[in-house]
Amino acid sequence: MKRMSWFNVTALTLGFAFLYLPMLVLVIYSFNASKLVTVWAGFSTKWYGTLFQNEAFLDAAWVTVKVAVISSTFATILGTMAAYVLVRGGRFMGRTLFSGMIYAPLVMPEVITGLSLLLLFIGIGLDRGVLTIVLAHTTFSMCYVSVVVSSRLVTFDRSLEEAALDLGSTNWEAFRLVTLPIIAPAVISGWLLAFTLSLDDLVIASFTSGPSATTLPIKIFSAVRLGVSPEINALSTIMILIVTVGVVTASLVTKRNAIRAQNDAQAAERAAN
Amino acid sequence: MSQTVFAPWEDPDEKPLIRFQNVTKRFGEFTAIYDLTLDIFEKEFFALLGPSGCGKTTMMRMLAGFESVTEGRIELAGADIGPVPPNERAVNMMFQSYALFPHISIWENIAFGLRRDKKSKAEIEARVEEMLKLVRLEKFAHRKPHQISGGQRQRVALARSLAKAPKLLLLDEPLGALDKKLRQETQFELMDIQETTGTTFVIVTHDQEEAMTVASRVAVMDEGRVIQVATPAAIYEYPNSVYVADFIGDVNIIEGLASASGPEEYALNWKEGQAPLTATSQKPFSEGQKAHLAIRPEKIRISTERPDDTVNAMQGKVLDIAYLGNLSTYHVELPDGQVIKAQTANTRRIARRNITWEDPVWISWSATAGVMLDQ
Amino acid sequence: MRRTTLILIPYLWLLVLFFAPFLIVLKISLSDAALSIPPYTPQLKDGISALIRELDFENFVFLTEDDLYWKAYLSSLRIAFFSTVLTLLVGYPIAYGMAKAPDEWRATLMMLVILPFWTSFLIRVYAWMGILSNEGLLNQMLMWLGITSEPLVILNTTTAVYIGIVYTYLPFMILPIYAALDRLDASLDEAAQDLGCTRTQAFWLVTIPLSKNGIVAGSFLVFIPALGEFVIPSLLGGSGTLMIGKVLWEEFFNNRDWPVASAVAVILLLILILPIVLFQRNQQKQQEAEQ
Repeated sequence: MKRMSWFNVTALTLGFAFLYLPMLVLVIYSFNASKLVTVWAGFSTKWYGTLFQNEAFLDAAWVTVKVAVISSTFATILGTMAAYVLVRGGRFMGRTLFSGMIYAPLVMPEVITGLSLLLLFIGIGLDRGVLTIVLAHTTFSMCYVSVVVSSRLVTFDRSLEEAALDLGSTNWEAFRLVTLPIIAPAVISGWLLAFTLSLDDLVIASFTSGPSATTLPIKIFSAVRLGVSPEINALSTIMILIVTVGVVTASLVTKRNAIRAQNDAQAAERAAN
Repeated sequence: MSQTVFAPWEDPDEKPLIRFQNVTKRFGEFTAIYDLTLDIFEKEFFALLGPSGCGKTTMMRMLAGFESVTEGRIELAGADIGPVPPNERAVNMMFQSYALFPHISIWENIAFGLRRDKKSKAEIEARVEEMLKLVRLEKFAHRKPHQISGGQRQRVALARSLAKAPKLLLLDEPLGALDKKLRQETQFELMDIQETTGTTFVIVTHDQEEAMTVASRVAVMDEGRVIQVATPAAIYEYPNSVYVADFIGDVNIIEGLASASGPEEYALNWKEGQAPLTATSQKPFSEGQKAHLAIRPEKIRISTERPDDTVNAMQGKVLDIAYLGNLSTYHVELPDGQVIKAQTANTRRIARRNITWEDPVWISWSATAGVMLDQ
Repeated sequence: MRRTTLILIPYLWLLVLFFAPFLIVLKISLSDAALSIPPYTPQLKDGISALIRELDFENFVFLTEDDLYWKAYLSSLRIAFFSTVLTLLVGYPIAYGMAKAPDEWRATLMMLVILPFWTSFLIRVYAWMGILSNEGLLNQMLMWLGITSEPLVILNTTTAVYIGIVYTYLPFMILPIYAALDRLDASLDEAAQDLGCTRTQAFWLVTIPLSKNGIVAGSFLVFIPALGEFVIPSLLGGSGTLMIGKVLWEEFFNNRDWPVASAVAVILLLILILPIVLFQRNQQKQQEAEQ
């Protein structure tokens, strides 16, 4: 095993301390008994209690999850279609505009996306609420999904689809039975990405939401503008916990699959002999 | 062999299974196939041979239906297949990458095409078992493709494409991914399977040895044109051009001007001040026409003394000896600098070999040893 | 035909919900503010000829006259640029350390970089509010260590904005650089040393040039979103921190001047075109190099 130089060890230690200490502090202070968030006054879970009694937060959380599930599902369907068109569509009229519209939202400042969507919704007389947030989120996250899926499709061995056609599948059967199962991991990561983006989004949601629908980030933002609050600390801790569990699980699954692939390779070698 | 020789291409009444009729294929500005006409007969093992980019893969993909024909038509059993999409053609293909579906088992891979035909469960099972037996993979039926070796994958791909009993099986560089030893074994296996199933095979390859071994006929291609179509022996012994002679095996080419010296016999003036070479040719050459004499190295004798029973003899010195075990190839430099390769079988032990580097030697060959080519 | 349907569905979606909104922004940026609902004139219902007649560049002229706006653009550019440089200085050693780490650690390190990326942006910015405030943890520490006797004012200053940008965008810098360094053949470094370079020379002459694509990609990934950032300046910045994303927000929500907000957006887009084009070109070059 190679030994790491002191420089690399220091860089990694300081780097990860920088990335994680702020979140750690947030988690620790969510268990602070004092209302004054900067003074430690003993361990308590009371802020979690008050958080779960706060109807406004719970309502917002429900709206947020609803928006995220619906918009990421639509975004995954549209984004996968768009990826397919980009990678397999060949030439068609307005292809450049199409790929431009796929990549532009990725680098577009959220204030501009939000503003322009709001002006559209007002222009066509659509009442702002859950529907408009879903439309907005679907639009920008379908682009992320399409980038994730198309990077998988580019490396996809096209002869697999041709083999399916050659063996008598229709185009749709070839996609459903061969392409989709193989690119499924990319489609799922696309969905997760879309879901997280939707959960996280403050700016676009602020522009496109109306009085009838407030999302969690909007609630958090208006609360923290007034300063640090222990309830928000508790809420943040819960969200950090959920993400941590998700990411750790995903990386364990990846690791298990890698080990399985290695075993398979060995089995293949044995089979040859 | 008491049975009649398999040569449907010589029978004018035989209907071809596949007919390319003045087929041209263009990709934008680039022409991949020029005005190609070719017949392939039932039960043939037909090889398309050529360097990469010669158009052989395009021809195969046109047969499978993945490329359309720009001009001309392709007939399968007398019917134009142009408008038939790939999933409705009675043609199956074995892909160069094998294209095994990684997410389903070997068994399901082989059953895939049968399921698309809405065959009954019992029929599918029987056919898959039959195919597994044919390629000797019964034991591995429930493994996934990445759990078996490369050679086994190749056999799965073959079984999958044969499962639907296609009229025509296309094989795109089927042995390209295997190492040399396995490739040679598999060549014979392929021939056996072709014979057992009676399927017409069209194989695409850039490996001339492979084409010669497996095929009943070989089409040698270059830059979108078929240069020669013939049996392996005819291609080797009677190439129709310098390109074919050079592409298949090793050859010496001597350029000169022909002049008739007897019935179907010509004198080739290849160098001023040197005796002309004598060669027979059924193909007529006019007086003073430029000709290339192509002679295979194994048809050239090498000796220390001038042989007196031969019509063509030249003196030179040994430049190099390539010892291949069973054979030795001598590179003999003529006084004008041209190098001629002569090959002898090593029937004696190496220590007894009497010719070595820098030795002055005589090389000689008969009038019928070479082929005269005009291009 | 099937193929046409497949193309049309995502295409129309993007045309209606992405492209058309921009045309509307452009149109409103050329309109005049008015006391109506919606608060601008002319509107579509006024008829096409009135629409064309009354559009003008007044708002853009206004942006050049009031120094608030061009100062905000300049200040956004400055903040985005320096925070990109800072993020690079912090991120490169981490990416380098990751690339040099033993193989069995890499998956874990990678996960540790990605985890903050999935964590709510808002929460990560918020975390710094408690640390940087006057009574916050940082000041408590500094005073306890005796480095300062009275709390430093960090929160609500541009410094806090820098810290916030570096912190939240760090994974975007680390990942492409790590990807570039990971592809690097370790024997290149050894070959350079074998040919007489010191380790430092080998680093500057071989490693840095070969990770250039990663550096460029990471820098654009930080610079482009930082330029239009809204959350960080509004939570961590003070009244003295001018950033264009915040100006646009306030123009729209507080002043309800839609035409000016739209004009601000149009100019911001124009400024972004250059870095976006450069970024795309870098990505393309990288893709070509990989093939």
